[in-house]
Amino acid sequence: MKYEATIGLETHVMQKTNTKMFCSCKYEYGAEPNTHVCPTCLGYPGALPVMNEKAIELICKAGLLLGCEINPYSKWDRKNYFYPDMAKNYQITQADEPLCLGGEVTVEVEGEMKTFTLERIHQEENAAKNTHVAGASLVDYNRAGTALMEIVSDPCMSSASDALAYMTHVKQVMQYGGISNCDQEKGQMRSDVNVSVKPVGQKELGAKVEIKNMNSFAFIQDAIEYEIDRQISVLESGGTVVQETRGYNPDRGETFTQRTKENAHDYRYFPEPDLMPVKVSKEQVEQWRSELPEMPAQRRVRYVEQLGLPEYDAGVLTASMDVSDWFEETMKHTKNAKAVSNFIMGEMLRLLSEQGLSIADSKVTPQKLAEIIALIDAKAISTGGGKQIFETIFNEGGDPAAIMEAKGLAQVSDDSALEGWADEAIANNPKPVEEYKAGNPASINFLMGQVMKASRGKANPGAVMQMLKQKLDA
Amino acid sequence: MADLNKCTISELSEKLASGDCTSVDIVNDVLASIDANDGNVGAYLTIDREDALAQAKAADEKRVAGSSLPMLGIPVAIKDLLNVKGQPCTCSSKILEGYVAPYDATVISKLREAGAILLGRVNMDEFAMGSSTENAALGKTSNPWNLDHVPGGSSGGSAACVAADEAIASLGSDTGGSIRQPAAFCGCVGVKPTYGRVSRYGLTAFASSLDQIGPITKTVKDSAILLETLCGHDAMDSSSIEIEVPAFGKELSTDTSLAGMKLGLPKEFFVEGMDPEVEKSVRDAVEHCKSLGAEIVDVSLPNAKYAIAVYYIIATAEASANLARFDGIRYGMRVDGKDPADLYAKTRSAGFGQEVKRRIILGTYVLSSGYYDAYYKKAQKVRTLIRNDFTEAFKKCDAILAPVTPTPAYKKGEKTADPLKMYLDDILTTPTNLAGNCALSLPCGFASNGMPIGLQIIGDDFQEETILKVGHAYEQSTEWHKRHPSL
Repeated sequence: MKYEATIGLETHVMQKTNTKMFCSCKYEYGAEPNTHVCPTCLGYPGALPVMNEKAIELICKAGLLLGCEINPYSKWDRKNYFYPDMAKNYQITQADEPLCLGGEVTVEVEGEMKTFTLERIHQEENAAKNTHVAGASLVDYNRAGTALMEIVSDPCMSSASDALAYMTHVKQVMQYGGISNCDQEKGQMRSDVNVSVKPVGQKELGAKVEIKNMNSFAFIQDAIEYEIDRQISVLESGGTVVQETRGYNPDRGETFTQRTKENAHDYRYFPEPDLMPVKVSKEQVEQWRSELPEMPAQRRVRYVEQLGLPEYDAGVLTASMDVSDWFEETMKHTKNAKAVSNFIMGEMLRLLSEQGLSIADSKVTPQKLAEIIALIDAKAISTGGGKQIFETIFNEGGDPAAIMEAKGLAQVSDDSALEGWADEAIANNPKPVEEYKAGNPASINFLMGQVMKASRGKANPGAVMQMLKQKLDA
Repeated sequence: MADLNKCTISELSEKLASGDCTSVDIVNDVLASIDANDGNVGAYLTIDREDALAQAKAADEKRVAGSSLPMLGIPVAIKDLLNVKGQPCTCSSKILEGYVAPYDATVISKLREAGAILLGRVNMDEFAMGSSTENAALGKTSNPWNLDHVPGGSSGGSAACVAADEAIASLGSDTGGSIRQPAAFCGCVGVKPTYGRVSRYGLTAFASSLDQIGPITKTVKDSAILLETLCGHDAMDSSSIEIEVPAFGKELSTDTSLAGMKLGLPKEFFVEGMDPEVEKSVRDAVEHCKSLGAEIVDVSLPNAKYAIAVYYIIATAEASANLARFDGIRYGMRVDGKDPADLYAKTRSAGFGQEVKRRIILGTYVLSSGYYDAYYKKAQKVRTLIRNDFTEAFKKCDAILAPVTPTPAYKKGEKTADPLKMYLDDILTTPTNLAGNCALSLPCGFASNGMPIGLQIIGDDFQEETILKVGHAYEQSTEWHKRHPSL
C-alpha cells in the first residue's frame, strides 16, 4: 500500500521587543541568570501583567506579512499547568480569539510553487529556562515572560521538504519584517511538528503525533522523515499509530514517546481577568500595513530590475537579511552592483563559512569593500589584487589603500614596463605566437599569463592584452 | 492616655493641624490600646512598633516643615494580603510564612504619599477565603463587641482593629463582601469601591475579576477621606479605569437632607431566614432616610438569587489559577519532594488550609474539560444578567438600600462545620462584586444581644459620591456610630 503524510507546524517566534510581554524587564540573551526579573515575571503575590504594545504591533505586522486577517477583537486566556519554568503556573496566551487569523504563504519546493495556509498566529509569554545539574534543577527567569508568538499552520504539508521550505520562508519574513531575529541557537525560533500518515486516497487523517520543541531546521527535517517512516512501518506491520507527544533525539536521529493521549494535560483555559481584550482598529491596521518593510521577493525584483544583477545573484544576496542589508549598505558607497555581488558571493560568504562567522563580525565593512572596488575600477589594482586586499582586511583589518601600498599590489599600466614584458614573452614562446597567428585566438592567453607572471600580478591585464594584440596583429 | 486612638481621621487631622497632638502621640495611644486589648481581640498578625513610631516622627517633622497631606500622621492598619516592601505578607497562610514583600502595592504607595503611617498587618481568612476569619491559619480574631463572636471576614482583622480602637482606620479587600460584612459585624463603616476604581497592583489576588481594596473606618466621612487617597488610575493594573477621582471627603456637608434622592428597595434582598432584628433595623433605616426627604421606590434584582452559585464558580475558578503560584519554588514554604510534582503536592498539602484547598478543587473542577460550559461559561452568562438587573434598577433610583448580612455576627464555631451555610451568608454582598458597582456598609442598629447590625447602600458604577452622601446623612442624623464596645 502507498501512504501519504500530513504535516502541520506550530512555530514559536520570539519577538524583537525591548521589554517583556507583560512587564518592563529587559530581555538580554546571555545575561547573568535572574538579573532581568521583577515581581510580575517571577509570579510574586499581587503582581499584575500589563500588555506590551510593541509586541502587539509586531505580531500584527507578522500577520500582515503572512497574509492573515487582523482580529479586531482578541482576548487573553490563562493556560494552566504546573512546571518550574512557568512562575505563575499558568501561561497567559490566546485560546479562542487570537490576534491574527488565517493567512497563507507561497513558496518554491523542489522547483514547484506551493501554497501553505495558516490557521492563526497568537501572542503568548515565554517560559523560563531550566537547566538540570546533578541533583538539582536551576531556573533562570530572565527569559520568563518575554514576548513569544505562535504561528500555527494548517495540516497542509506532505513532506519534510515542504516543512523546510515553509519554515525558511517564515524565518525570512520574520527577519525582513523586523519581527524577530529568529536566531535559532538562542531559541528565538522553535517548532512543534504534527505528523500523521494515512493510505493514499483515504479521507480522514491518521492519528496525530506531535514532535515537540525543535530549534534546528536540519533536526526538524530528520525528525519528520524518521516519523513518517516509523508510522508507515507501524501501519504496515498491522499496528495502529498512537496519538501522542514525542521528542526528538538528534544524537540518535530518532523520535521517542514523551506523553500519550491518556496523560495529556487538561489546560483548563479560561479568560485572563487581569487583562482587557485587545481592540485593533482598521485605521491602526492600515497604518501598520503602510509601515511594512520590503520583503525578500521585492528586493530580488529590485536587484534584477534596477541594479541589473542576475536572478541568481539576487537570490543569494537576499537569502539572509544580514547579507542583503550589508549589500545595500555597500551600495550606498558604490554604483558597481555586480562587483559588490561578486565579492559577497565569492570572498565574503566563503570566508564567513570557513571561519564560522556572521557578516556582522566581518572586519571588511561596506565602506572598505566599496573602496576596494573603486581601486579596481580605477585600474589601480587588479581584481586578484582586490581579492588579496579583501582577505587581508577580513583577517587582520586595515585600510585598502594602505594594504595596496604595503603589499605592492599597485597595478602597472605603464607602457614601457609592459612593452618589455610583452616582448620577452613573445620572444621566449614562439609556439603559441605561431598558433595565434595561425588563427587560434586563445593562444594569446598563454602569453598573457607569462606577462602577468613576469609582473608578479601587478600588470594591468587589460593593458597587457591590448599591448600583445597590437604587437601580434601588426 | 488621651484616648487619641478613639478619635476619627477627621478629628485627628484637626488636632494635628492645630497642634493639639502629634502623630507620635496618636501612635503611642494606638499601641497602648493594642497592648491592652489585642490579646483578646487578636486583630494583628505583625506590628513593627519602632517602624510605626519612626514613621510618626517623620510625619510630625513634615508637618512642622509645612506639609498638610490629607492622611499625614494617621495610622492605618493593613490587611495581610497587601504587599508592603520589607514586610511579611502572609495572607494568614502557612504557605507564605517567611515571604517578605519586595515591593509596595499601589495603595500602599498612595498611603505613603498621602502621609499615612503603615501601622501593622491584620488578620484575615486565609487568602480572603471565608466570612468569619476562622479560616485564618496564623491568628485568631474575635469580635470586639463580644469576644465569643466572630468579627466577620475575610477582612475580620481590619474591622476588629477599628472597632476596638486599635487603629484609626484600616484597609480591607472585598471579593464577595469581605469589607462590608465584617464592617457590619463589628459596627464599622466599610466601602467596596467600583471595580477598577482602586488599583489591585500588590493585592494578593483571590478572584481577580471581583477583588477590590477599600477602607474600613469609624465614620462615613473617614471612609470618604481614605477612599480618596486610594483611588486613581494605575498603569500597573490593566483593570484600573481612567476616571476622575472626586474629592469624596470635601463633598460631605453637615446638611443631612436627602430631598430629591430616590432610594431603591429590592424585595429580593429581604431573604427567607433573615434575622427579624436585622430586617427591622434595616426597615427602620429606610424609614429614617424617608424622613430625611428621600423617596423610596421598589426595585427588583430578580437574578440576585443566583449570585452565590455564580460567585462560587467564578471566584473559585479564578482562585484555582491565582493560587497556583504558591508552589514552594521561589518563596514561602517549601516541603521538598523527589521531583517537582512531588514538591508541589507536599508543599501545597502542608501550606494551604482546608477551605483554601476546597476552593482550589472546586475551581479546578469547574474549569475542567467537559465541565467548563456547564459551570464557568454558564456562570459568566448569569453574571451578565445580574449586572443587567442593577443597570435596570439604577434607572429608577440613585442608590439601593439593603441589609448587609442575613444575621448579626454569630458565635465562633457556629458555621465552621457547614461551609455551605457560611457561603449563603454572602447572598446580599456578592451581587455587587459580580456586577462591579460600589456599595457601603454602615451601622444601623444593634441586636438584643448587643451585636451591631449593618445597612448596605449600593451605588451604580462610580457613584461612590452618592452612597457616601446617603451614608453620611444617615449617620449624622443617627447615633449608632457613637457607640464603642467595652473591652
